[in-house]
Amino acid sequence: MKKRKERIDRGIKVRSEDIFALCSWREMLYLSSPRLLPIVGLFVLSFVLSLYWQKVLLSVSVIALLAISWDLLAQSGMVSLGQALFFGMGAYLAAIMNHYWGWSPFLTIPMATIFGGLFCTVLLLPVLRLRGIYFAMVTLILPIMLVRVIEATRIFGGTEGISGLTPLPSRWFELYIIIVALLAAFFGFRRLMGSDFGLVLKGINDNDRSVMNAGINIYWFKAQALFIAGSAGAFAGAFMTHVYMFVGMPVFALDYSILPIAAAIVGGAGTFAGAMFGAFLLVPLSEILRGLGGLRIVFYGLFLVVFIVALPEGIFHYIQRKYNQFERWVEVEK
Amino acid sequence: MSASPLLNVSNLSKYFGGVKAVNAFSFKLMEGELLGFIGPNGSGKTTVVNLITGFVKPSGGEVTYRGQNITGWAPYKIVRLGIARTFQMVRPFYQLPAFKNMIIPLYSPRVKGMAGGKYGDRDAIALDLLEEVGFERDSFVAYKIASVLPQGYLKRLELAKGIALQPDLLILDELFSGLSLAEVASIVPIIEKLRYGGMTIIMIEHRLKELFRIADRVIVLNFGEKIADGLSKEVMESDEVKKAYLGSEED
Repeated sequence: MKKRKERIDRGIKVRSEDIFALCSWREMLYLSSPRLLPIVGLFVLSFVLSLYWQKVLLSVSVIALLAISWDLLAQSGMVSLGQALFFGMGAYLAAIMNHYWGWSPFLTIPMATIFGGLFCTVLLLPVLRLRGIYFAMVTLILPIMLVRVIEATRIFGGTEGISGLTPLPSRWFELYIIIVALLAAFFGFRRLMGSDFGLVLKGINDNDRSVMNAGINIYWFKAQALFIAGSAGAFAGAFMTHVYMFVGMPVFALDYSILPIAAAIVGGAGTFAGAMFGAFLLVPLSEILRGLGGLRIVFYGLFLVVFIVALPEGIFHYIQRKYNQFERWVEVEK
Repeated sequence: MSASPLLNVSNLSKYFGGVKAVNAFSFKLMEGELLGFIGPNGSGKTTVVNLITGFVKPSGGEVTYRGQNITGWAPYKIVRLGIARTFQMVRPFYQLPAFKNMIIPLYSPRVKGMAGGKYGDRDAIALDLLEEVGFERDSFVAYKIASVLPQGYLKRLELAKGIALQPDLLILDELFSGLSLAEVASIVPIIEKLRYGGMTIIMIEHRLKELFRIADRVIVLNFGEKIADGLSKEVMESDEVKKAYLGSEED
């Protein structure tokens, strides 16, 4: 007797996709709970965690922000290997404004966000024509190049970096500013990709010549996506600069490029929720494994391999399917 | 007729290394005409279309549209002037449902400009356009993801994406290839309707029988050069055309 797995959409999913969702509490809950979970979860976490884990939550949020910014680019057909460029650009801009011009963090962070995004877009403008691996290579090289420029010309503190920057008012302030920013970016990006603007970006990913053939200037749309993603990354950098009260060459390190990608892939590429989920899994894991000393990287790598082999679609896609569908075994032949 | 041509192509050339894909190709296209391009495989028909629509930069020559020199312009700028094309190898957005595929051309600045700065309800317009090219409204086919659609529907989708741009000149690159006789028979009236609506159309075709029924004029290409230009029936009588299609006896 052979059996096969049958998947059926929950009826409630169909019913709750329209105004009719307002008919019953059950349907409203079904629809709203996945959206409320990150909001409530983050605020509850900020209360219950110890000081050490609050610091971890801070870096989790930063990696999550970089991961969803990576995902936005990936969904628009630009695979980037250089989130560190966005991060480092924001970090250095904020530090320069604070150290040399004496601006307060309340001014440097927004300014670094906007101009960080702008500078990254301008830097990458010449390579917007490149696709796939060629674009990825350039994004990988740029942050490495900037590090060498800083090292060789000894500008902005050279290898020493700039220290003694103005801190943010309190650790609670730090925590909430990054949580609010992360949630705003997360829900904002989701809405953006759901709009017709997002549809054009997805079209560019799918078939850019066809979009060109619709009379749309794809480079203008790609530049806008790059600016949005770059700004999100630059915000993370500017924020961390003021948290650490220091900026140095490590902000351009490969970690800030690779970790967000790993988070997005493990969590489920193509969905912002997946990218965020991945960050919330990988960063704390790396903290827990700290006790293992030298073997930490080995176990970490092993974990990544296991997850990618077992769930190549990503954890979030798996959870999403379980949430939206029934599964049952049905007989196909006797 | 006193009018100047809608499209004037003169001495257009494209060389890929030593290969002359298109060599000193010239023609004029009047408003409202339905022109057919025929020729053996590799004779440069698609390259001519790519040159006109800006997807390939010409090595020499000039393309003028309504008296404006558009040689070497970016494709999106040429589309905004009113020249739309379909691709021989269909290029749908495979991840999107069929009607969402239509949203992207409907989002184009050209469509916005023609509607007086307003887009309107794009989803509804998309479904209307799809119905026009044969996506039955009472079936769910317009809501299906493009990657599961059969070739016939993908070709229709390609045509609908072209029509959505409300072009003055529509270039159809082998729209009929890969379609059954019945499917071709159902698409021909759509093209005739567009033409009587005042659209100028260039068709590249291998289905000569269907093409000759609707085309005013036919241009025959071989090895990137024009070997005949004239009314459908006359062109096929020409010795050179017969030679290109059937081969000559001396060889």
